[in-house]
Amino acid sequence: MSVDNNTKGKIIAAQGNLMTVRFNGDVRQNELVYVKTEGISLKGEVIEINGDTAKVQVFEPTRGIKYGDEVVFDRELLSVELGPGLLKSVYDGLQNPLEDIAKEAGYFLPRGMYLSPLDKEVKWKFTPIAKPGDSVERASYLGSVPEAVIEHKIMVPFNFPGKGTIKEIKPAGEYTVLDEIAKIEDETGKVHSVTMTQKWPAKFPIRFGERLFPDKPLYTACRIIDGPFPVAKGGTFCTPGPFGAGKTVLQHQISKNAHAQVVVIVACGERAGEVVEVLREFPKLDDPQTGKKLMDRTTIICNTSSMPVAARESSIYVGTTIAEYYRQMGIDTLLLADSTSRWAQALREMSGRLEEIPGEEAFPAYLSSRIAEFYERAGVVLNKNGDAGSLTIGGSVSPAGGNFEEPVTQSTLAVVGCFLGLSRSRSDARRFPAIDPLISWSKYLDRFRDPKVESSGKRIDTIKMAQKNLVEGDEIGKKMSVVGEEGISMEDIITYLKGEFYDAVYLQQNAFDKVDTATDANRQQEQLDIVEMVLRKKYNFENRDAARKYFLNLTDKFIQWNYTAREVAEYKEQKVQILEMVKG
Amino acid sequence: MLKTYNKIEKIKGSIAQVKAENVTLGELAHVRLKDGRSTLAEVISFNEDDVNLQIYQGTKGVSTGDQIKFLGRPMQVAMGDSLLGRVFNGSGDPIDNGPEIMENKIDIGGPSFNPSKRIIAKRMVKTNIPMIDMFNTLVISQKIPIFSVAGEPYNDLLARIASQTDADVIVLGGMGLKYDDYEFFRKYFSESGALEKTTMFIHTASDPVVECILVPDMTLAVAEQFAIQNKNVLVLLTDMTAFADAQKEISISMEMVPSNRGYPGSLYSDLASRYEKAVDIDGSGSITIIAVTTMPGNDVTHPVPDNTGYITEGQFYLNGGVINPFGSLSRLKQNVMGKATREDHGDLANAMIRLYADAKKARDRESMGFRLSEWDKKLIKYEELFEERIMSLEVNLDIIEQLDLGWEILAGCFDKNETGLKNEWINKFGKWDK
Ligand SMILES: Nc1ncnc2c1ncn2[C@@H]1O[C@H](COP(=O)(O)OP(=O)(O)O)[C@@H](O)[C@H]1O
Ligand SMILES: [Mg+2]
Repeated sequence: MSVDNNTKGKIIAAQGNLMTVRFNGDVRQNELVYVKTEGISLKGEVIEINGDTAKVQVFEPTRGIKYGDEVVFDRELLSVELGPGLLKSVYDGLQNPLEDIAKEAGYFLPRGMYLSPLDKEVKWKFTPIAKPGDSVERASYLGSVPEAVIEHKIMVPFNFPGKGTIKEIKPAGEYTVLDEIAKIEDETGKVHSVTMTQKWPAKFPIRFGERLFPDKPLYTACRIIDGPFPVAKGGTFCTPGPFGAGKTVLQHQISKNAHAQVVVIVACGERAGEVVEVLREFPKLDDPQTGKKLMDRTTIICNTSSMPVAARESSIYVGTTIAEYYRQMGIDTLLLADSTSRWAQALREMSGRLEEIPGEEAFPAYLSSRIAEFYERAGVVLNKNGDAGSLTIGGSVSPAGGNFEEPVTQSTLAVVGCFLGLSRSRSDARRFPAIDPLISWSKYLDRFRDPKVESSGKRIDTIKMAQKNLVEGDEIGKKMSVVGEEGISMEDIITYLKGEFYDAVYLQQNAFDKVDTATDANRQQEQLDIVEMVLRKKYNFENRDAARKYFLNLTDKFIQWNYTAREVAEYKEQKVQILEMVKG
Repeated sequence: MLKTYNKIEKIKGSIAQVKAENVTLGELAHVRLKDGRSTLAEVISFNEDDVNLQIYQGTKGVSTGDQIKFLGRPMQVAMGDSLLGRVFNGSGDPIDNGPEIMENKIDIGGPSFNPSKRIIAKRMVKTNIPMIDMFNTLVISQKIPIFSVAGEPYNDLLARIASQTDADVIVLGGMGLKYDDYEFFRKYFSESGALEKTTMFIHTASDPVVECILVPDMTLAVAEQFAIQNKNVLVLLTDMTAFADAQKEISISMEMVPSNRGYPGSLYSDLASRYEKAVDIDGSGSITIIAVTTMPGNDVTHPVPDNTGYITEGQFYLNGGVINPFGSLSRLKQNVMGKATREDHGDLANAMIRLYADAKKARDRESMGFRLSEWDKKLIKYEELFEERIMSLEVNLDIIEQLDLGWEILAGCFDKNETGLKNEWINKFGKWDK
């Protein structure tokens, strides 16, 4: 590193979180700094350098800072500490462990308290994979430790220069993250001591290996997603919607049920109370995939709305880096951020203070490229050890006034693979999840057509047929509200009722019913088969009333069936009754 | 050692600039004007020894030769039981002719609560108002706005809630209030006996705009101190749109780039950092916030109600003098309905709202001149009873009495099997003859 260790600085101007620092020596763009004031050190980041002054954004409340306060330059960029122990942790936007902070400081978040993200005392059961003499490079597996629900691979540090040779490696045994587990000699003959932990700058992707095309579904147990608007493992999706439309409930649903091995939840600038539900519930809820607790596969990054705005941006990057770290081990990871709009607003606040030329709605001109860079960190990576891991990213968006024609939604739509748009009209009508099936789209649907598996193509065709019916039904519904039912043909009425039926029994799903809340793949197929029969059937009704009554009754029976657990006796009976109605 | 300066270099908007040394961000200064007035001011930025002060009383009449004394501390508010029954302005000065309170000063705008120390909200706030308790139950630590428009009786509603609830302490923050409104609160509380447990911070429309911004912080700092001391505190804020407008005015005068209809880009954070003070402290007290938000042009997509909606846990719509049962939502109600109340609560509330929605449709049919069915007639009778006995804000009943009243109204309008309610509840709680 070329940066001078002796760089010194002092505060010469301050406004809000933006400091101007005069320094002597070298300064790195985005380097961390500590502002010393009132006996504490406040973390900040260099965001602009001009001659002998630098602009620094401080991540914490800046009250008490004065002209001449000392600034210490750290030389490191904002980094994430990686290693066993990340799972089950709850961090703030700078990777401070919030539970440890509470132990030290009580109810409130004190300024300038930075604790170690990983427990340095706990011993992990290490089993070596590599052996002395092996040739390695960065991200090569050295060994593994069991962590919660996964085999955590200990890898050659990501900043290791070029090729290396293992000189020594510790035998199987119990070690802390600070214990040396290997000595590796690089090409220049220098020997590096390696532990189970390493640091990585949050704004640089961890992606060592070959990128693969995301073509496998990430199953979510949410029918409207897995059906018409699926998400790929390693793909991206967004959930914009007005307040109260159900973005957070949906994200929580996905974080519980998605078939990922590791889930990172970034609570970015939204309510603390919602994180608390996750914090308190996940340790008690079973993970159906592993039989362990949901918390065992989860890391939470929590920078809620009253926490420092400046650390909102970093919260997203810290979460992404942790998720990428697990992906590098060949693990399927999922990152959920609620809400990316708050991160964009944090960028806007800082850009305003820097007096940059504002773009639309005062967001900075680089907003879209930042959003694109973030979603680009998703993907499938085949590492050199031969394992493929994926990182799927889902971000909620909170558009002003619920209007999607705003910069954050538009920039997001330009880069994601799947758009799940939540609408006020659906949430008002209590059609949950309020993902609007008429505006949403997924670029992944056709990718999952596997030529070797015939049923995969058939399923997609059925879903497309159902969606077509839904669109036609909606057109008819609109017409009906203008001309009245009398002006609509019987055939059209039936199409309309079929669309409503598909919507009610398949697309809608009650998050608060303990059975309906998550539907496994087999059951989804069972439901879809019956929906298909109904949609394809040629019905003859005496009159409109009879048609309405039939569909009302069928819908009611179907929803009751959706609420019935597969294990109970009524499950089969109810299905038989529905089939009788459909066939009879 | 307090530093005093006698030369103001620049005055613009609410900001005055002085050359001063050893001054800290957020520090408070005392400005003594030549005309005998005095005001507090706060350091909002500095560039070397050029210090920008935001003058709480505004810069009107401030002279370049006025005396500025830096106090070496940030804005503070007094604390303790002596605050109860008292009224202060946004700067914390008494406006009720009572003595100034000097003891136990604490900084306002303190640090935020550690999320990992929060608990899931599950205690009910009883307001004895059926449109809240029964249909959109309020929960301790909830933050919820009353979305309304000028002219609606939102302050009456706040006063009524304050007087009927069992909160230990009430802290009222008034922003942009008319003098009459302030008098109304004072009288209402003293008549209802709530005054003894109430502290008020009042900014009236004629007071300086900077003081408006201080009101929520003063209010919440006091509330937080009571909450830590094991008190359940109800915070009432009215009107948060005046607060947002004050933020707008000041940010524009400071030449900040506005983001949406003139409001600063930080509007969301400005509102959230206040609302998020709502908390239920494990093993101690709590803060619950009800905040009036008037909607300019009755438009919920206006930046103030819109940003508020993203922050709060639901909303009450107050229009036509009643809480609208359709748009209103308490996002936390399921945490207490049927659990902290009575087992039939949730189902009864849903059935009653559903029937009320049906009744509204029957009314539409009536007004369009259609012949009404027997069922329509029943619904219309129900609608009348519902509006008179349940929706009226005058009603003051315990939640159990509210539920019984609900059953009574149903029994008075419908047959047992017409309500769609479970037989289990009908047999246990129904008011039909056996
Ligand atoms: N899938 C669902 N099923 C039932 N109710 C839902 C569902 N999703 C949302 N809701 C209701 O909508 C409310 C708001 O949802 P939330 O996710 O908090 O909205 P947002 O994050 O978009 O503001 C919830 O409190 C709940 O009452
Ligand atoms: Mg949300």
